[in-house]
Formats: sequence, C-alpha cells, structure tokens
Amino acid sequence: MAASLQFDLVSPERKLASVEATEVQIPGADGDMTAMADHAATITTLRPGILRVITTSGADEYLVTGGFAEITATATSVLAEQAMPVSEVTGAIMDTLIADAEAAGSSDEAAKVVSDMQAVRAALNV
Amino acid sequence: MPNLKDLKNRIESVKSTRKITKAMQMVAAAKLRRAQDAAEAARPYTDRFNAVMAGLAAGVSGSDSGPKLLVGTGSDQVQLLVVMTSERGLCGGFNGNIAKMARARANELLAAGKTVKILTVGKKGRETLKRDFGNLYIGHVDLSEVKRLGYGNAQDIARGILSRFDDEEFDVATIFYARFQSVISQIPTAQQIIPAAFEDAGAGEDNTLYDYEPSEEAILADLLPRGVATQIFAALLENAASEQGARMSAMDNATRNAGEMIDKLTIQYNRSRQAVITNELIEIISGAEAL
Repeated sequence: MAASLQFDLVSPERKLASVEATEVQIPGADGDMTAMADHAATITTLRPGILRVITTSGADEYLVTGGFAEITATATSVLAEQAMPVSEVTGAIMDTLIADAEAAGSSDEAAKVVSDMQAVRAALNV
Repeated sequence: MPNLKDLKNRIESVKSTRKITKAMQMVAAAKLRRAQDAAEAARPYTDRFNAVMAGLAAGVSGSDSGPKLLVGTGSDQVQLLVVMTSERGLCGGFNGNIAKMARARANELLAAGKTVKILTVGKKGRETLKRDFGNLYIGHVDLSEVKRLGYGNAQDIARGILSRFDDEEFDVATIFYARFQSVISQIPTAQQIIPAAFEDAGAGEDNTLYDYEPSEEAILADLLPRGVATQIFAALLENAASEQGARMSAMDNATRNAGEMIDKLTIQYNRSRQAVITNELIEIISGAEAL
C-alpha cells in the first residue's frame, strides 16, 4: 500500500473532511498539483476548481473557491473560502457563485475567477 | 395600604412577566448552543489561517515593501473603530460593555489629537454611542435580517472596510466585540485588524521551510484581505455566542427576581386579606355587642 497523508478540508463555517488520503489533487493558482506523502512543504493559493481526494476506499470530489493549501510531508490542509461536496453542487449554486464573482469587480483577477467558475460549471455539467 | 384588587393584578402581571423571561431564557439557551457550535466549527479554519499568516508575515514584515494591509500606511492619524454589538436588547450588560470600551478608546484617541471614525455593526451599539459620537459615524451594517450568520456576512463587512482602506479613508482599524468565556462572563475585546497584527505563533512551531506558489508576496496579497474577513467572521461568531450567553444569564436573573417579587407580593396580599377579614369580624362583633 502506498504511504498515506492526513488530509483536512476546512471552510470558515465547517470542517468538511479529515481523512487519510493517498493523494490529493489541488487546483492551485499556478496550475493543478497533486500532493502525495513526502511532498515538499508547499503553500499555494487556490483558484476556483475541483479538489479530488483519493483514499484507499475511493475518491471524493469537492468544489472549492478561493483559499489556500498547506502541504507538508505528512499532511495536507486545504483552507477554502467556500467548499462543498460536488454531489451537493447545483446549477443554482454555481449561478450565485458566478454572480458573486462578477460583482466583485472587473479587474483581470476577478475576470479570471469568473472564467474559472464557468470552467468548473462546464466540467460539472450542472 | 394598597387594596386587594390592585395587589392581585400586580401579582398576575409579575407572573406573566416571569413567564416571558423564562421563555426568553430557554430560547437563549437553545440559541447559545447553536452559536457555540458555529464558533467551534470555525475555529480550525481561523487557527490554521492565523498560523500560516503569522509565518508569512514574519518573513515579509522585515522589509518596508510589504503590503499596506500588513505594514500599515506609516501613519496612525485616522483611526477606524468597528463597533460590533447585537441587534436586540435585553441581554444584560453585553452591549453596554462593548460600547463602554469603544467610548473609552474613542475619547483616548480624540484626546491624543487623532481623527476617529466609527463604523457600527448591530443596532444597539449605534444607539448607545450616537449621543457622544454621532458625528463620527461613517456607516452602519444592519444584520437584523440575518437569520444565520454566514461567512458571506463577514465578507460583505470586510469588503466595505477594505474599500475604505483602499480609498485611504483611515490608517488603522480596530474591531470591538465580546469574546465568549462562559455564560456568565463575556470579555469585551479590542482587536486591531488593519494593519494586521498576528499573535506570535512561533513558539512550539516547527520551522518548516515552505515553497510558495505563486510567490510569497502574491500569496500574502491574496490572503491578507481574506484575513480581515476571517477575523471579522470569528468576531461575529464570538459576539453571537456572547450575546446569547449574556441574555441567558440576564433572563435567568430576571426570572429569579420575578419569583422573589411574587413571593413578597403574595405574602402582602395574604396579610391584607386577613386584615380585611379581621376588620369585618371586629365590625360584626362590635355591632353585636352594641345591641
């Protein structure tokens, strides 16, 4: 069995997951990355996207908006501003998220967030 | 001596007051549990966040080129006080204590020749401070329509504060709220949020050297505004728990006082009733004797 790492996903309102995972796929601001055990210690910011957690018993997917991830050799913590299991995501939720992102401003960064959100929406097909 | 009917009415009215305070106490107890759960649920996020931020801030604060949210504007002339109180009264000294602390700070700053601006969150603090500092108000956040505090509420408040900061309307921002200690003790607290002040998380922390993606500065620039929202969110939750705790003990006291009052009034009522009976008997007897 592959070595595992402790994975925590917390949002300001609740703790969504705390499990032993074998790998975690993170939508980093500079591109996707996969954290496995013994990964170099890294802190990265997140872009809106899908976070995939692979455990020995299967895989879980979460929708995350901004935030950051802290990766160490033995643990990965993701602090997401908003996070929810993909199964709970509906078209209406995506619409509000996108509307919020659009309301945030018209700078390049805000535009990128909006387009990321739209990509997520297309990927989830909701 | 008050007559019997008045006493009886009085007892009835105190009894119904007791019923109301009792009900309010029970409602507050239920809400307190929910508020405490919410505060607890938020703690892992806040703790982690602050730990990471403290690490990042320690790396950057040495240089003068750090983001303004961290190193400040280089002045402390214009001070923004964010006074967070509840939307409803009947919660003991909760609002009064926060307002008192804010008032003391405002007077101190004014005496030192600083410019003070006040942003109120929650109706009660606004009303209390209006007489002294009404001309310093720059805004108000109304949460009375909010059923359940969410991170979104904190984000809205933070966004408002940050845009004022970007417009250089103030140099230093401090939030006032009550930290929840227990049902009988809520501690009014002042916390500086801009420029960000992080508690030293250095002790006991293993000094892992992190790689930063994108760069340290970019992460800091991204996270500092979120940090403001996070701290406001934590303060809102603490405040909500404190409010319910304060209301619970205030209503508990009120219920007990009403009970004591009812006992006293009942004794008085019985005495008067007996006096009336005795009087009547004396009248009958003296009437009979006179015949």
